[in-house]
Amino acid sequence: MEILQLDFYTQAILSLAALIGLTSFLMLGQGRLLRLVFVFALQGLLLASATGLAAYTLDNEHLYISAALTLALKVFFIPWLIRRHVLRMNMHRDVEALNNKTIVMLGGASLMIFSYYVLLPVISNTTTLMLNALAVSLSVVLLGMLLMISHRQAIAHVVGFMSIENGLFFAAIVSTSGMPMVVELGIAFDVLVAAVLFGIFFMHISKSIDTLDVDMLNRLNEVD
Amino acid sequence: MGDQLMNWLMAIVQTGLFVILSPLLAGWIKWCKCRLQNRKAPSLLQPYRDLWKLTHKQPVVAEQASWLFIITPYVIFSAMILAASTVPLIAVDLPTSASADVIVLVGFFALARFFQALAGLDIGTAFGGMGSSREMTISSLAEPAMLMAVFTLSMAASTTNLSFAIGFVLDQGIVLRPSFVFALFALILIAIAETGRIPVDNPATHLELTMIHEAMILEYSGRHLALIEWASQLKLMLYGVLIANIFFPWGIARQFTWSALSDALLLIMAKLMLLALFLALSETLFAKMRLFRVQEYLSFAYLLGLLGLLSHIILEASY
Amino acid sequence: MIPAYLLLFVPFVGIIYFALVGHKARVGRINTWFNVATLLMSLWLAVNVLYSGTILSGSRFFIIDSFNVYLIVLTAFVGLTTSICSAPYMRHERELGKLTDKRLKLYYSMYQGFMLAMYLVLTTNNMGIMWVSMEGATLATVLLVSLYRTPESIEAAWKYFILCGVGIAQALFGTILLYYAAIQSGDAETALLWSVLFENAAQLNPEILEIAFVFMLVGYGTKIGLVPLHNWLPDAHSEGPTPMSAVLSGLLLNDALYAVVRNKMLVDGSTQSHIAGYLMMGFGLLSFLVAAVFLHRQKDIKRLFSYSSIEHMGLMTFAFGIGTPFSTFAALLHMTVHSLTKSAIFVTVGHAAQIAGTQSIEKIRGLINTQPKVGWGLLIGTLAIAGFPPFGVFTSEFLVLLATMHSYPWLTPLLLLGIGLACAGLFRNVQPMVYGARPAGQQPVQANLWPVMIHLALVLWMGLAIPGFLANWFSQATVLISGSAPL
Repeated sequence: MEILQLDFYTQAILSLAALIGLTSFLMLGQGRLLRLVFVFALQGLLLASATGLAAYTLDNEHLYISAALTLALKVFFIPWLIRRHVLRMNMHRDVEALNNKTIVMLGGASLMIFSYYVLLPVISNTTTLMLNALAVSLSVVLLGMLLMISHRQAIAHVVGFMSIENGLFFAAIVSTSGMPMVVELGIAFDVLVAAVLFGIFFMHISKSIDTLDVDMLNRLNEVD
Repeated sequence: MGDQLMNWLMAIVQTGLFVILSPLLAGWIKWCKCRLQNRKAPSLLQPYRDLWKLTHKQPVVAEQASWLFIITPYVIFSAMILAASTVPLIAVDLPTSASADVIVLVGFFALARFFQALAGLDIGTAFGGMGSSREMTISSLAEPAMLMAVFTLSMAASTTNLSFAIGFVLDQGIVLRPSFVFALFALILIAIAETGRIPVDNPATHLELTMIHEAMILEYSGRHLALIEWASQLKLMLYGVLIANIFFPWGIARQFTWSALSDALLLIMAKLMLLALFLALSETLFAKMRLFRVQEYLSFAYLLGLLGLLSHIILEASY
Repeated sequence: MIPAYLLLFVPFVGIIYFALVGHKARVGRINTWFNVATLLMSLWLAVNVLYSGTILSGSRFFIIDSFNVYLIVLTAFVGLTTSICSAPYMRHERELGKLTDKRLKLYYSMYQGFMLAMYLVLTTNNMGIMWVSMEGATLATVLLVSLYRTPESIEAAWKYFILCGVGIAQALFGTILLYYAAIQSGDAETALLWSVLFENAAQLNPEILEIAFVFMLVGYGTKIGLVPLHNWLPDAHSEGPTPMSAVLSGLLLNDALYAVVRNKMLVDGSTQSHIAGYLMMGFGLLSFLVAAVFLHRQKDIKRLFSYSSIEHMGLMTFAFGIGTPFSTFAALLHMTVHSLTKSAIFVTVGHAAQIAGTQSIEKIRGLINTQPKVGWGLLIGTLAIAGFPPFGVFTSEFLVLLATMHSYPWLTPLLLLGIGLACAGLFRNVQPMVYGARPAGQQPVQANLWPVMIHLALVLWMGLAIPGFLANWFSQATVLISGSAPL
């Protein structure tokens, strides 16, 4: 049993990776926006705890800052912002009918297998943890994209976008114990600005087409 | 020879403990719920008094009832006692638990459920049939999920025997397995569904549209009802012990010394009290869901069980 | 190293300054002066590099070598000329009532913000910061695409935001993999520095780098507008204000390609194989051909030229992918002439659309009669971009063709086919716009076309004779990228 030879940190990170992957799947099948946002916040919380754990184990100060940033941004600020928009636009009672939920779920599962397949070469020179963590984070990225494809609400798209970011962040934390501080701050800044811009866009979109259903954004097509 | 005798004695004592303590657990849950909902709580011993009262009442049996209806309470109760004998409560490596594995346990539950459903149909009232059909729907979804969660454990421990599996968990020390995390969540969800608690079923209501378990036993009275109530309290405790002892087995006795056994008893009671507190909390916080949402809930449990199995194969594999 | 800091500092001041007073009357001219300042800085940098070679500074945070310094000058130059044209253009839009004071502030402030992001992409030595500033460029421009607040422009901006955001996230994953490969053998603090990575490229794990490069190519490729990730590009170009289209097409695409090439250099050093090159060739050729076909189906003048941008970016990606010194030289030249020509065309197109009051190709007619300057500008620009001799685009496309014939002769017919298709697609649309019957009541608009003429003259100059210092520059960059000198 390989897992017995791993230290507690690795085991915990593996478990968190599994749970983060699970939250991605939960988001994929979620038709209610507020619940979607809640699961997203949950994913952020798992991410923050993974970061905090990494910071504690590696005794790395700048990871503490990352963990705090994640907590502030991904668990509180962004979910709060999106939630406010949902409530303000009175969409919290809408349930989005997801077409082909089964196919989307199966697609999600195959994406996960695909990420393992893609990253198999990585294990030749590293540990199991690395493969798992990288594969999970890649599949979180891909599942985020699938979320954006399968949902029609602009808000779901933003949640998908942000969960892609979560996946990337997890990869950075686990595989490399965080990017250099300046890069990480830059990324956090970008995410923050993006979140605010998304808020502005919700307003513009709902003002111009009276809904946040992006299927209605169909004026610009290849002409024919 | 003396050892053998001692072991069997222990097994019987342990099963007896199950039987005796299970109404107490039910009382404790009720007490917690009442306090959480700002009501005045009944005494912890109230379930015992209820059982006592019921056994002293004349059972009334419907005219159309067949023998099936009469024997069902006894079958259910004995199935639960047999099930209780296979689950380690305070000590592992007992002869009873060595002879039966977790699949047998699931089988006992299924047997009890089968008879209960038959009895529900037997008297021919509308509610009985409705309750039976609902119960079978739920159980047919819950059983695979339960097995999936249990198999996760079995694959890690390479055994389906509960006693050995608990021994295995104890042997390897504190290991955080992703698969166990999933299996734990799956088992909690299934336990809630199988024991008929909120949000799947509400044990405290007799509202015809929502009840499942209560609908089947609506025609029972007197000592028959007492046995069935007791059996379902036993079932609740069994699930609690399963969750507590598989995932957090520390404290369970491996030698039969008095101190180890009494420690184990105290610890398992503490664990059960904690679990029951969580249950009471969740029952206070969540509302019962529509019957048609139950399949979603149970397929989620199944998904968790499956993920547990998969993460055991993938995440914990050695390449 | 002062000019590098000033280069970043000037647009930074610009962001704040225009955010406060961006609605004043003379602000267009001030914007121009800001760009003059950065152009001077970039020239100063160029001279430095020319004399002292590669500069690493700010504790190796910045790298200025012969590859990026000429892109910096090009960026500053196109930024300047576009800002010259944008002043009257924006004034006109303001008079039409399409824009409010607040949006003008946003426009000028984010114009500088975009320039800042571009300079940071080009000067930074840190691959992570390169990603951050690339994303920053998206964030800066996304509100400019929806500046007019029409449903179409909001849709275009949304597409741009989502597609580029998701795309560039892939590039971040690639960067993380790169970093991961780097810290296996190096110090964590310097592991993302390009100069360090380049020196130690041979020690990096080739398998991880291959995977990383795929993600980088997909990520930055979305920004380049490579097919099939190009959907945002025509929309964003056609719905935003025209000066924005000019800088997006002339600069942003180049810089994204720059990022890909920087990464390719690392991957080539590590894998010792040509896998990155093949990937780039495949994507490039596909984009080139698909865009050439799509040129025939366009009804919006700006979309027409944005497809032309995709086509040319595809060609450059292809040429960088071939990776021989010869083709790299051709790609560098093509980058320059395409930037100059395309930004000139977009500025002209903006005025043409203002004259006709619409962007629909069918309604723009008789430009050469209404306002000969605009008509001629569009005609010459189209001639140049379609690759007619004696313009610079001809030279570079010819060189790409030669390089292809040299390395992969069987691909040459495809290239020729694409060039022919693109040429036909452009002219069947542009010819009636320039020469068609002039609609009644069409009035000329106020326009400053000097920068357009300067751009086109430069392109012509490069077609007739590449100036010695420029050729020298390209050669140095070629040596850096492909390892040996052309010819």
